[in-house]
Amino acid sequence: MLKIENLHAEIDGKQILNGLTLEVGAGEVHAIMGPNGAGKSTLAYVLGGRPGYEVTQGSVTFNGQDMLELEPHERAAAGLFLGFQYPVEIPGVSNVQFLREALNSQRKARGEEPLTGGEFLKLAKEKAALLKLDMEMLKRNVNVGFSGGEKKCAEMVQMGILDPKLAVLDETDSGLDIDALRTVGEGINAIMRQPDKGVLLITHYQRLLDYVQPDKVHILAKGRIVKTGGPELALELEREGYEAVA
Amino acid sequence: MSDVATLPTTRDEDWRYADAAALRDLTAETLDGWHEITLTAGEAQVQTYVLDDSAPGVTRVRLALGEGARAEIYAIASASDYTRLEVEVTLAKGAHFEFGGVTIGGGEGTREFVTRVRHAEPEATSNQTIRAVHWNRATGNFLGRIEVVKDAQKTDAAQNFRAILLEKGASANTKPELEIFADDVKCAHGAAIGALDDSAGYYMAARGIPPHVARRLQVQAFVADAFVAMEDETLAENMLAKVLDRLEEAAI
Repeated sequence: MLKIENLHAEIDGKQILNGLTLEVGAGEVHAIMGPNGAGKSTLAYVLGGRPGYEVTQGSVTFNGQDMLELEPHERAAAGLFLGFQYPVEIPGVSNVQFLREALNSQRKARGEEPLTGGEFLKLAKEKAALLKLDMEMLKRNVNVGFSGGEKKCAEMVQMGILDPKLAVLDETDSGLDIDALRTVGEGINAIMRQPDKGVLLITHYQRLLDYVQPDKVHILAKGRIVKTGGPELALELEREGYEAVA
Repeated sequence: MSDVATLPTTRDEDWRYADAAALRDLTAETLDGWHEITLTAGEAQVQTYVLDDSAPGVTRVRLALGEGARAEIYAIASASDYTRLEVEVTLAKGAHFEFGGVTIGGGEGTREFVTRVRHAEPEATSNQTIRAVHWNRATGNFLGRIEVVKDAQKTDAAQNFRAILLEKGASANTKPELEIFADDVKCAHGAAIGALDDSAGYYMAARGIPPHVARRLQVQAFVADAFVAMEDETLAENMLAKVLDRLEEAAI
């Protein structure tokens, strides 16, 4: 589904990714763990096509398509969802307006009919309930005045509504209390645990992996994958620290 | 009697950001052509001015508000050529003046609002919200004068100007001017000129919204402030739609 080969990327001329290779198959959940500054968020942004992140070498293919050729909004329409470590506030634009515009833009790009206002609200209600987010929150402006945890829950509601093929979740667990962590974990399972979907979980800590069991765990250090293992690798990391394991 | 002895130039303070070439084509008739509006005590009126390509040039409105009267003016200045709306208001006791204005456009044009709000008696209130959105080499201006006379205690006046420049080369100018001779008053003014928030633009792109749609959403959220005080929602939506139609012409 997602195939990253020998990826090199830089920001402002500074090399961050140094030959990263990784493959996520359909139906799989992969976790990427690593110390601060290893390049975890850079990997997420490079996959999401954020301006300023320049790929200097290597390739990324997504269901056989060259992803690096696509604009950020085209990647979303192709089925990529990027969960932000710091979700952005958009004053003056409600979640409902934002998400309906997003979903219908994606549908249009795929040659599908747009959802009507009623159809959209029904879908939004269903996904908000899944994440235990009050529907009133979705009438408010995008992330404005939301707590850190509410922003992360709202992101998962977005993911539920947009129904992507591949989710790259950048520290979705940060800022969540224990109950919210469980809700978000269960939300990820409900939305993304499908035979035709894949997840790349980027995290510092093992705790989210208690709820979302990864098929594979990778350790990212200095811009490349230095070790790959099963779920036990995350536990080992939690016990021994990055320096001992990687 | 003519108000105008000679044509204004950009050396005149009130015309300092105007289009100098366009000023040379002005006539005394235009400059004398004030729309006079008088509201008696307790009367209320809402006026809209859409200064698009059918109404470029200088439009001047003079309002006299009686005790407790309420006047609201909502305006769009979007013509390709030099466009200027001047509003002079005199407020009697307890009157309220509301102004919401949007200058929008590209090309080489200059669009501007010039307001003079005179709090002539106590307890009057005024609120002005101006938004500017420009691209190419266009300019948007707001010159806002608030005068509070010596006896006009408990005046509450506010003006707020914000501009978004969609690309290099566009510009915005603003000059708040507060003349306050009473001591128990509230006069607030604020101004900011900037660009669209790139991180919000990227966030929308990451959710599948193409750049031109994202820009429209951001601009809509930005200019909506100018019409937020409108009670007639249909009218407010119409004004907003006229602004956004203009944005569609921005080939950037």
